[in-house]
Amino acid sequence: MVGLHHSDVKNPVLHWIDTRLPVVTMIQKEYGSFPTPKNFNYFWAFGGMAMVTLLLMIATGIFLAMSYTPHITMAFDSVERIMRDVNYGWLLRYAHENGASMFFIVVYVHMFRGLYYGSYKAPRELLWILGITIFLVMMATAFMGYVLPWGQMSFWAATVITNLFSAIPVIGEPIVQWLWGGFSVGNPTLNRFFSLHYLLPFVLFGLVFLHVAALHITGSNNPLGIEPKGPQDTLPFHPYYTVKDSVALCLFFLVFAVLVFFFPDLLGHSDNYIQANPLQTPPHIVPDWYFLPFYAILRAVPNKLGGIALMFASILILYALPWLDTCKVRSATFRPIYRIFFWVLVVTCLVLGVVGEQPPEGIWVPLGQVATAYYFFHFLILLPVLGKLERTLPLPESISQSVLGGGPLPTGAASKPMEKA
Amino acid sequence: MSATAHVPDHGSGPDGTKRDFLQLVALASAAVGAGAIIWPLVDSMNPSKDVLALSEIEVDIAPIPLGSGIIASWRGQPVFIRHRTETEIKEAQAAPLSEMRDPATDAERVKAGHEQWLITSAICTHLGCIPGGIKPTQPRGEFGGWFCPCHGSQYDTAARIRKGPAPRNLPLVPYAFLNDTKIKIG
Repeated sequence: MVGLHHSDVKNPVLHWIDTRLPVVTMIQKEYGSFPTPKNFNYFWAFGGMAMVTLLLMIATGIFLAMSYTPHITMAFDSVERIMRDVNYGWLLRYAHENGASMFFIVVYVHMFRGLYYGSYKAPRELLWILGITIFLVMMATAFMGYVLPWGQMSFWAATVITNLFSAIPVIGEPIVQWLWGGFSVGNPTLNRFFSLHYLLPFVLFGLVFLHVAALHITGSNNPLGIEPKGPQDTLPFHPYYTVKDSVALCLFFLVFAVLVFFFPDLLGHSDNYIQANPLQTPPHIVPDWYFLPFYAILRAVPNKLGGIALMFASILILYALPWLDTCKVRSATFRPIYRIFFWVLVVTCLVLGVVGEQPPEGIWVPLGQVATAYYFFHFLILLPVLGKLERTLPLPESISQSVLGGGPLPTGAASKPMEKA
Repeated sequence: MSATAHVPDHGSGPDGTKRDFLQLVALASAAVGAGAIIWPLVDSMNPSKDVLALSEIEVDIAPIPLGSGIIASWRGQPVFIRHRTETEIKEAQAAPLSEMRDPATDAERVKAGHEQWLITSAICTHLGCIPGGIKPTQPRGEFGGWFCPCHGSQYDTAARIRKGPAPRNLPLVPYAFLNDTKIKIG
């Protein structure tokens, strides 16, 4: 396959480039004519939103780093200087801080979308695995970013999270000292967190590229969970889904703007506006909201190693999901019983989030334990067994038949795109 | 963009102009939005409020001996404050403008009534070094003003470029006399 690419591009300059490096052809193929199931609902817009959020985080982050000082005596003041003195610094910092929350909101919806419509099932297992890896790297990045302002919450979150590793038998203590670069969270810790917080988003970017590349091999899943059988079931990505994604993005930016401009500190903790004090722990310490369900799982077990193992297991279990769910039918639309349990799982995760926010006492302890137990029951027992027992509803012949037969669209209007595709 | 053929199809149809118009409006709005996002990023690199707040300094010039001077720091840049002797002032006033690369009279370079004080930027207009000569012990060049050690630019006692590669006189900085012994730069 050596030789110049045969390009259809008309523009002479682009043609010259495209014959040597067919990027124009690639963009046209992957984002122009790419055949996409024609029955997407708006839940399919969240992947694109997540990608835009990542780019926004990288852009605001690069410019914030120009005004930030990663040193324990100056970090807190440099963030305050960004907020007060740097031109638009308040906007960059609030957009970055709330952008992290928006990123997790969008990614959580994206993940639950995958759970509901069975997007992780064959042949999209690797796509799902890459997604979970993105989620893990995102969590690490968010955690290290939270440490950088060097407020009380930053410091104590760093202390608590790094101490998780001390639960590992024998080598735990040396590992924690290695992570810290000392005998407590200090300047070496802040420096390396800054370095990694700058690096990991670019790792994320690479992972997202692989995630999208894998997606473009298998093609997208869709609300019916059945594969497109031919061109009558698909639409070209552009303009149909570029426009649909743009509408979703406008709404996304609207919510983002309300958060940044009217409630910038809603999702943060006021304690983080107090400079870090290694000699005093705040009375009530909690992680940022997006970690709360995992924090609740951590505290559900009254055993140090057990809690930590369970917390990591709650994420790692998602890697095995494509093989734990034994049902061949993807979409919950045709799985009446799974559909109920899906919503039970959503409620369970929300309950875990609320429990994570509360002090570990009274009713919250048993509630967290029940919710944790149910979370693992759902993945380890319910999904394998339900796949064997559940009577699924009959699947439609094709996407096209379902869209034309079920909807109130007049025949002419619905068939118009078909002729074009 | 032509391979999908969807957009061009509509463009050539009977409602082509309306579609073209919508596309232009959509793209223009997107461009404005992108600009609105990019501007705060770019502007954050401009001097910040705390940097701008340091753009005025007050200097007590009473201790500067005749014939010598000091280098003050204004906005992170060096500024010459030189106490000129009678001879130096006379030389500066008598120098023929026709021989100068960047002609300027001595009166244009000092404040009337304060001719003994010459206050200019200390950055050589060639490549940014600080010329020597503010202290009488340093080499001052053929014209008794400043001699830049980097590439040999020579300035006279009104800080005008007289010889060497520098293209312009040492720039004036904004300043005012608060009283006879105190100035405000900026």
